[in-house]
Amino acid sequence: MTYLAKSPWIIHYDATSCNGCDIEVLACLTPMYDVERFGIINTGNPKHADIFLITGSVNEQNVKVVENIYNQMPNPKVVVAIGICATSGGIFRECYNVLGGVDKVIPVDVYVPGCAVRPEAIIDGVVKAIGVLEEKHTQMKKGAAKS
Amino acid sequence: MADCYVINRELIAMVSIIMGLLYLVLGPLFGGLVTGLDRRISARMQGRFGPPILQPFYDVLKLFEKEQIVVRRSQNVYVYFYLLFIVFTGVLFFMGEDLLLVIFSLTLAAIFFVLAGYKGGSPFSIIGAERELLQMMAYEPMVLMMAVGMYMATKSFYVGDIVTSPAMPIMLLPGIFIGLTYVLTIKLRKSPFDLSTSHHGHQELVKGITTEYSGPALALIEIAHFYEVPFLVGFVFLFFGSHWLLGLLVCAAVYFLEILIDNTFARTKWQFMVAASWVVAAIFGFGNIIILSLLG
Repeated sequence: MTYLAKSPWIIHYDATSCNGCDIEVLACLTPMYDVERFGIINTGNPKHADIFLITGSVNEQNVKVVENIYNQMPNPKVVVAIGICATSGGIFRECYNVLGGVDKVIPVDVYVPGCAVRPEAIIDGVVKAIGVLEEKHTQMKKGAAKS
Repeated sequence: MADCYVINRELIAMVSIIMGLLYLVLGPLFGGLVTGLDRRISARMQGRFGPPILQPFYDVLKLFEKEQIVVRRSQNVYVYFYLLFIVFTGVLFFMGEDLLLVIFSLTLAAIFFVLAGYKGGSPFSIIGAERELLQMMAYEPMVLMMAVGMYMATKSFYVGDIVTSPAMPIMLLPGIFIGLTYVLTIKLRKSPFDLSTSHHGHQELVKGITTEYSGPALALIEIAHFYEVPFLVGFVFLFFGSHWLLGLLVCAAVYFLEILIDNTFARTKWQFMVAASWVVAAIFGFGNIIILSLLG
């Protein structure tokens, strides 16, 4: 096990969310769920983050922002799509300004569907993301060893 | 008699070297543990369970596993010097050297941290760096007055002499003690004075000075913060001279008070911080020195 699993720092971005999922993400930080007991911190800074939580579908206006945040995160990094809109576009899928789910723009590792997602499901998603994070770390090390 | 004096001096030199080495090894462990306890106690004050006590160490070890992204390749040089001078300051302090040198080398370390912020180049880190300078402006007069007060109480600027002096400096320096406790909030980066970089992200400044630092460079900054804790608490300890047990108890109490203040006050504007620190320094610090010199 690596230390990545013990201190996954997250960054949360609201793409085109109705705020339903956002509120549930923030609920995870409150005394009721307190994700800091697992070492999870909401950093608000892509350069300090390991896990990118993104809520809502992606639209023409924020494609650049989503890509920018993703590119500024140091490797290994993991993207978690929170809510059905982030997963597939949800009920906004057919809108003229909506591109669809987050995976249309950046690679997504974990999908957490729901409308709105329950905090328990978000925590489950993050735990799954930690597994992916460790996998990516071992791959990164192998890659570094080869080169 | 002469022989005895030589042996005594050798003994003191040995003890100071051992203290310096102990600080090098145990300093960051102590700092990390205190930070971990701080986070747990803060969480309990907020009605949460809180992270494990060893969480700060996990964070640092994780950061070493991450990729290092830089804006400019030279930016990490400032972080290395920041860490170096923080360690230098701490070693001087624990070897019982001159308190004035300790204070100025701490200032030098802080300047390297500020330069690191400017080098980052983003608006967040530049504003953070400016605010760090304002913070230094706010706490520096009080810290210098502490050194002056220590000299007046013990007739020495040397940390080694102060901690072995039979007199308890706090008896003569209650005002300076209050003033130092006040500015310690700035130095420990606690709310209401966590203006330049905060322990909690997601605020208007993102992470201030450290915004542009990632992976191992950020880990070094964290380690420097660990190294900083022992001698900042040590400043409080000095007030109790050779009464070590009482000193340790008061250190713990002061740190708990800092955590309580951190959790009960919202962040202020820098104008208030500078004005308030100087007013406190003028009334409690300078007032204390004036009274002492008049009673002489």
